[in-house]
Amino acid sequence: MMSPVYGLIYILLAPIAGGLVAGIDRKITARMQGRVGPPLLQPFYDVGKLFEKENLVVTRSQDLYALCYLVFMLVAGALFFAGGDLLLVIFAFTLSHIFLVLGAYASSSPYSFIGAERELIQIIAYEPMIILSAVGMYMVTASFFVSDIVVSSIPIVLYLPGVFIGFLMVLTIKLRKSPFDLSTSHHAHQEIVKGVTTEFTGPNLGKIEIAHWYEYVFLLGFIFLFFAFSIPIALLAIAVAYLLEILIDNTFSRVKWQFTLKSAWIIAGMLGLINLAVLYYLSGGLQP
Amino acid sequence: MIELAFLILFPAIVAFLLLAFKNGQVRNAVVKIAAGLIGLATIILLITYFSSGLVLFTVPFDAAAEIMSVISLLIAGFILYLGIKQRKYLAVILIIIQTLMFIGIEGWLAKDVQQVYNLFIDQFSLIMAAIVGIIGTLICVYALAYMETYHTQHPEIQDRRNIFFFMVFVFLAAMFGLIFSNNLLWVYFFWEITTLASFILIGYAKTSESTNNAFLALEMNLLGGIAFAGAIIYLLIADPTGSLLGIEQLLSSGQAFALVPAVLLSFAGITKAALMPFSSWLVGAMVAPTPVSALLHSSTMVKAGVYIIVRFAPVLSGTTEGLIIGLVGGFTFLLGSAIAISQSNAKKVLAYSTIANLGLIVACAGVGTYKLVWAAILLIIFHAIAKSLLFLCVGTVEHQIGSRNIEDMSGLIVRMPKVAVMMLVGIAGMFLAPFGMLISKWVAIEAFIEAQFGLIFVAILAFGGSITVFFWSKWMGKIISVDPHVSREEDSLKSEKKGVLYILAGLTVLICLIFPLISSSLIEPFVLSVYGQTARLSQDNIIIMAMMLFLLMIMPFSMLLPRNGARKVPPYMGGRPASSDMKFLGSMGVTRDVTLSNYYLNDLFGENRLLMAGTALGFGLILLAMIVLVGMIL
Repeated sequence: MMSPVYGLIYILLAPIAGGLVAGIDRKITARMQGRVGPPLLQPFYDVGKLFEKENLVVTRSQDLYALCYLVFMLVAGALFFAGGDLLLVIFAFTLSHIFLVLGAYASSSPYSFIGAERELIQIIAYEPMIILSAVGMYMVTASFFVSDIVVSSIPIVLYLPGVFIGFLMVLTIKLRKSPFDLSTSHHAHQEIVKGVTTEFTGPNLGKIEIAHWYEYVFLLGFIFLFFAFSIPIALLAIAVAYLLEILIDNTFSRVKWQFTLKSAWIIAGMLGLINLAVLYYLSGGLQP
Repeated sequence: MIELAFLILFPAIVAFLLLAFKNGQVRNAVVKIAAGLIGLATIILLITYFSSGLVLFTVPFDAAAEIMSVISLLIAGFILYLGIKQRKYLAVILIIIQTLMFIGIEGWLAKDVQQVYNLFIDQFSLIMAAIVGIIGTLICVYALAYMETYHTQHPEIQDRRNIFFFMVFVFLAAMFGLIFSNNLLWVYFFWEITTLASFILIGYAKTSESTNNAFLALEMNLLGGIAFAGAIIYLLIADPTGSLLGIEQLLSSGQAFALVPAVLLSFAGITKAALMPFSSWLVGAMVAPTPVSALLHSSTMVKAGVYIIVRFAPVLSGTTEGLIIGLVGGFTFLLGSAIAISQSNAKKVLAYSTIANLGLIVACAGVGTYKLVWAAILLIIFHAIAKSLLFLCVGTVEHQIGSRNIEDMSGLIVRMPKVAVMMLVGIAGMFLAPFGMLISKWVAIEAFIEAQFGLIFVAILAFGGSITVFFWSKWMGKIISVDPHVSREEDSLKSEKKGVLYILAGLTVLICLIFPLISSSLIEPFVLSVYGQTARLSQDNIIIMAMMLFLLMIMPFSMLLPRNGARKVPPYMGGRPASSDMKFLGSMGVTRDVTLSNYYLNDLFGENRLLMAGTALGFGLILLAMIVLVGMIL
């Protein structure tokens, strides 16, 4: 059964959790680089400050796209936590990103234009793997609904090891971690200025940051599904996975988009599909 | 019964009227009135047969068969004459083979045929009729204004508008005939007329390019016609009384017997629906005036191809041949979408997207479980509306800015805001949640998982679906980018054009809201009557999608909210000295314009390479299907 209450809790609490994750991320990253790092709550201070700034735009329509990005990220995440259909969640998630891309296009600025193109390449790089993850979960639990998957006592990750590794790979893209932070990055050394977010300032940039926090929580929730049979293990898995992402972020240098696309597809094709094919074979063809 | 006869005969009569009158005003009046009447008749048809299920009709007119034979022979003679005149010997050979088969059927095999039910109607025919009768006629009305501008802008092309509208209405009549005919001989007759109509319309401009492309289309469709004739011959040899020539009778005769004709007809469908390896004719067909492309891609021609395959989906279901046909469709979907990434010509992008989506429909029909047939019919409906809207938008833009290149559409939202918004609606309708095509792709994924070997198709959909996101989004991005070089252009659109675009854009959105109704009242009863079980979308998901659509529609109003001072600044130019109209000081002190161009990723998604792969795969798979089929016959 879908429960809107959890969706509502997500809408209210996810920014806090997401902001904290971002704070921890910055702290650990700083320690890995031998710095002290900012306070844990620094992301909140940053966003708070953004909302106090003047709203500079190239075109007024940017306001609309930034707002739509945030709103549909909320829709996707709330639908996920309310226990909705996983495929619909993924499509709403894509929709919200399309708005970010459109916002970047709208300004007709060279830097954000390249960022938009790269963001699109990232979308086509990660989306197949995310859909295959949802398909894998269906094959194990016979349901696309998050509410059914999460109460399943089957250790999903044991049936979907390849899919899980593939998902971690695209998670790196999704969290905008090096080596796949092509379109925009949290690092100072972004090669195309700030990519998709170049032309967003002040409150609009603040909205995009908050949308990122919502996105963090949604993606970590997705990891949870793989381990839903046991909550302690799931929380541990999320922590380990995120630490791994930070480690990868700080040890690899940025790659070209060609490599990003090819490697994401090859991993999705090899690990994901072979995993699903084996599962399909073992379950005797999954006849209706 | 009378509605059916009216819908087949009336457009044909109008066609001859339009051929006779060369006066522009008369033509305008006739086309508009006829379009209105056909649309009205379609709606009456919908109301009359809404809940009646399958109804079979006898036609109390015995001479119909003779008239059809005479017309068929006349058409064959006409094509033969043109083929010899233009030295297209492949077309000549194909038409000779086909005519010989036809004479064999009519003069020898079909002598004892006692066909009782020539016409029929069921929910699927009704859906197809609605598509032809509403979208097809809207395109006709649009074509009036379009062709006028077309001939002003291309004075070198001979004004043969009477032939143009003649063919368009013949096309509509043939489509109605095709979807209402139960007798395969009749279907075959209308099938050949659509081939002829597309041939003449593609070659309308009479340039060497358009003539070549018209013959390409003709040759490929004649090849399909030969397979169609083969299916009829097979059926007549099996039962000379012709009791199996009726689609309904054939479908109920059992899979073992019906499979051979079903595969042959599917081959004919594949050529008509322009799946790989036959996709090149539909791409070439874009030389025709844009309303022709809109007709071919949305409501006629290619839809006839998928119609016949979906009809025979229950026979194909679960067979090796069906799986192979499904794979042809699946690979066409994947490769067609990928090729669209590398195209900058808007019509070519649309063409490849059509090819891809038809591939998906055939993939659904080839695998043919009840859920997939349901998804396939949804795809047919959504695709027809959104694609016709997009073609007509591109045509309008092309007349206004003189280019159909997507790169030239930069800043369209400023230059032609109304058309740009409608184009955005059309594009969103093709790939975004919660619009139609995405709904269909989603239900297709859910349906394929449960089908045999469905994992292959799920993978194809996962990758192909993401690829479509890329080329549609970058097109959208080009339209909405607020380019400082451009300013609003004068609004010189004719009211007909605008009206048609508004209606289609409205339909694209409306259909997303009312599709559960269409599904429950037409598609589900049809699937239920064929398979004994049916699929539907869960109530929760429908509500969520309606809410998303609503949210999407109210979001633009946030622009109207009073805001405290958003200040406009020029875009960031990397610290170069730049002016607000996007000129910057380059190296060596030269002032340069900023130009932005999309990625086309030619190395990865180049047309030549992927088309070669598609052709090889398509031919290989079809050959395989033929070998399996021959093995089965022997």
